[in-house]
Amino acid sequence: MTLNQRVVKDKTGFLIRRQNPYVTWVSVMVVLGLWEMVGYSGLVPPLFLPRFSAVLVSGYEMVVSGEIFAHLFASLWRIGWGFFLGAGAGILTGVVVGYFQLADDAARPLVAATYPIPKIAILPLLILWLGIGEGSKIAVITLGVFFPVLINVRAGVRNVDPLLIKAALSLGSGPFNVIRKVILPMTLPMIFAGLKLGVGIALLLVVTAEMIAADKGIGFLILSSADLMQTTRLLFGIMVLSGMGVSFAWILEKLERLLLPWRE
Amino acid sequence: MRAVISNICKSFKNPDGTVFNALQSISLTISEGEFVAVVGRSGCGKSTLLNIVAGLLSATEGEVVFEDLASEDRPLTSVVFQDLALFPWRSVQKNITYGLEEQKVPSRTRDDRAMELIELVGLAGFEKHYPHQLSGGMKQRAAIARALAVNPELLLMDEPFSALDAQIRMDMQVELSRIYETTGQSFLYITHYIPEAVFLADRVVIMGERPGRIQSIVSVDLPRPREEKVKVSPEFVGYLDRIWSEVRGKSQEFGADR
Repeated sequence: MTLNQRVVKDKTGFLIRRQNPYVTWVSVMVVLGLWEMVGYSGLVPPLFLPRFSAVLVSGYEMVVSGEIFAHLFASLWRIGWGFFLGAGAGILTGVVVGYFQLADDAARPLVAATYPIPKIAILPLLILWLGIGEGSKIAVITLGVFFPVLINVRAGVRNVDPLLIKAALSLGSGPFNVIRKVILPMTLPMIFAGLKLGVGIALLLVVTAEMIAADKGIGFLILSSADLMQTTRLLFGIMVLSGMGVSFAWILEKLERLLLPWRE
Repeated sequence: MRAVISNICKSFKNPDGTVFNALQSISLTISEGEFVAVVGRSGCGKSTLLNIVAGLLSATEGEVVFEDLASEDRPLTSVVFQDLALFPWRSVQKNITYGLEEQKVPSRTRDDRAMELIELVGLAGFEKHYPHQLSGGMKQRAAIARALAVNPELLLMDEPFSALDAQIRMDMQVELSRIYETTGQSFLYITHYIPEAVFLADRVVIMGERPGRIQSIVSVDLPRPREEKVKVSPEFVGYLDRIWSEVRGKSQEFGADR
């Protein structure tokens, strides 16, 4: 009986994904450690790649002097306004073109023609119209955020299960309440998908706009540091950008969890 | 109240330009407190008829009139759909209060009414759950409670139990029968499952297909309250037999082999 015995094994075992929080930290430490060692070894001149610790020291100085905050807040202010205006206009337009066929027919060719234009190509025109100050920078971010939000929201509105709309109608809803109480909540996941795309674009555009014309902002900090060969300041600026991107994604993630507790 | 369905015809245009007659001259009157079940094969137009009565589809000809109404603002109908269509972003309680919100019922009254219905359909303790956290049978109960909440003149149900497994389906039939007997709500109930129709209904309307039309109507005189065991009584089996032969006999005339 026991002579020829085989136990059934779970063949899917290798597919199971277990998160390991330590490895996450170790990988960061290893990369930073390697970076530091490259500096000590003297293989690369510090002008090209200063040590990580030197970047931190330089960053600390900028924090103490408050210089970094001036740049950070300038960039955040532009992103904030641009993102707010772009997302607001995108959601509103997306709901309208998603819901009303006439609006969609009118908007489709315009969107198709303007969406592919790299927004940075419009910046000179915006500077011409709005001046070299904050207006043109906010406007270019607004445009950059507007399109991905619009396209996602439109798709979301169009894909709302018609049965849910029928259910709302049968329970006494009118057209306006169908939009407000059925289409909007059903579109919320797609709105967030659009916002997540938009936030990356906003970061890209704020830096580019600040490199073209500004006297403050993270983009300006990076470009001016490069001009003065201050590589440590330049790298700290890049790290701040990375931190901004990570924080934005984290905030949106938290907000999504908060607003969409009903998702499976 | 009397729901009068008079001479409803519905035709659709096929892509090739020919006309498909889904419903032909459907006339039927449902009285106050009556439970009417409509049976027929898949594709005979039962659901089309229900959608027309619900005001979710327009008829090609004929009309649906509700007569002798006691109240001005009581909604005419509400629907329990085959796929339920519970709002996934609303909890059980918020799903049930949806229709009451639209009727501008104050929030306190809405919640009281919702709790009564949650009690009635046996969902106590689950009022804060979202639909995706419920089993099939519980979703069903929530959908029934949501439709009952608006207190319609006529409650429409479109094969609501077809996605449930056999055991839960039987439980839900008993449950619905109890709800009908306690509320006195009028029902128009669509199903393709004949024993269900006989168990629940006062009258069973048998629909033929191509074009969809009323073939015959059978009054079911089984005592209420109806319990599970009525299904093994000779009277029940007699009704089944009669309706089966109606459905089968007439279909064969058209050479249907399904």
